[in-house]
Amino acid sequence: MVDTLTHAREVVARVVDPEIPVLTIEDLGVLRAVEQDGDRVVVTITPTYSGCPAMGQIEDDIIRALNRAGFADVRIDVVYQPAWTTEWMSDEARSKLEDFGIAPPTAPADVRCPKCRHGESRLIAQFGSTACKALMVCSACGDPFDYFKEH
Amino acid sequence: MSEAIVSGPPQGMPLPQADSPSAVLLGHADDNLVLAHRLGEWISKAPELELDIALGNIGLDYLGVARALYQHLGRAEGKAEDEYAMGRTDREFHNLLLVEQPNGDFAHTIVRQFFFDCHQLQLWPELAGSDDEIVAGIAAKAIKETEYHYRFSHGWMLRMAGGTKESNFRAQQAIDNLWRFTGEIFEGAGSGYRAAWDLLVDDMFAETGLAKPEDPYQKTGGRVGYHTEHLGYLLTEMQWMQRTYPGLEW
Repeated sequence: MVDTLTHAREVVARVVDPEIPVLTIEDLGVLRAVEQDGDRVVVTITPTYSGCPAMGQIEDDIIRALNRAGFADVRIDVVYQPAWTTEWMSDEARSKLEDFGIAPPTAPADVRCPKCRHGESRLIAQFGSTACKALMVCSACGDPFDYFKEH
Repeated sequence: MSEAIVSGPPQGMPLPQADSPSAVLLGHADDNLVLAHRLGEWISKAPELELDIALGNIGLDYLGVARALYQHLGRAEGKAEDEYAMGRTDREFHNLLLVEQPNGDFAHTIVRQFFFDCHQLQLWPELAGSDDEIVAGIAAKAIKETEYHYRFSHGWMLRMAGGTKESNFRAQQAIDNLWRFTGEIFEGAGSGYRAAWDLLVDDMFAETGLAKPEDPYQKTGGRVGYHTEHLGYLLTEMQWMQRTYPGLEW
């Protein structure tokens, strides 16, 4: 039998980002810790950007997922230190992101089009559809695409 | 430049303590909340869709910082974040007069933004070294965001200055109108930020050829709750829902 903390961790680790549903909050590095305090599960998360509006949704999703798995008592702590960085994103997460159509975080000069994989593109808007993304256009296929900013 | 002529609250006016650590922090939180609201006013009205999104995004960053700071202050003072944002009158807000100034035209918004970004570029690295771990964390997070904000406002300063005769004129007009609210940044706890701010702003003047105002007049008082009339209107709109239905949640 799996112990309860391991089970709680598995449940939380499966929660996905509401804006980028191919990535879990663990893939993104938003999930920092899952601990037990008596009967209570304490989940620590960190925002990608200070004002990321997905944070409230992520908190609700974690609580709902844990409640469904039988954990009634849940507390969410939001920490700012150490500050989130795209370096915490795994290679697997990066390739999932690219397959989904979002260029993964990398130095701006190395950004490649997630559709035709061409290496040259230019910035249309530094602020994209969410706080963590910029809008680019591919120099080869001419398609615009989202780029997850290196941060 | 000649010696600054500073106009602040009238003599004898009872004012709150402005330089305790929590009052200073509250001032920074209020800066972020008030400017977040101002930038939100552009949504659906910006000159281009991309600018609409950019200004909204920057405002969101400020809102996040303001919330984190209010929550932190609230833990010590036994208050909820909404009590700070929605439950105080203009005299209880400690934000800079600069951030409450109306959006005006796009040039006024960008110049206000540029002056404020140059300030936050100094502020956050300093607060990131704070003994208060929570404040240090919030500040460390805000550093990278402020770099994006600065890149945006600085880029637009260059474009407006080098664009058309009209854009250059409007940029200069906005600088001349908003200059009198910049001195307040360096009052009290902010005194150490002046030199680095001057360097950034002087660089901009050198790059763009826009003129640095000679007028020594400076308006002050925001940090002690003595505001321009604009803040009252802003709060009336922002707080309307909570004033009408106190404690409302959804």
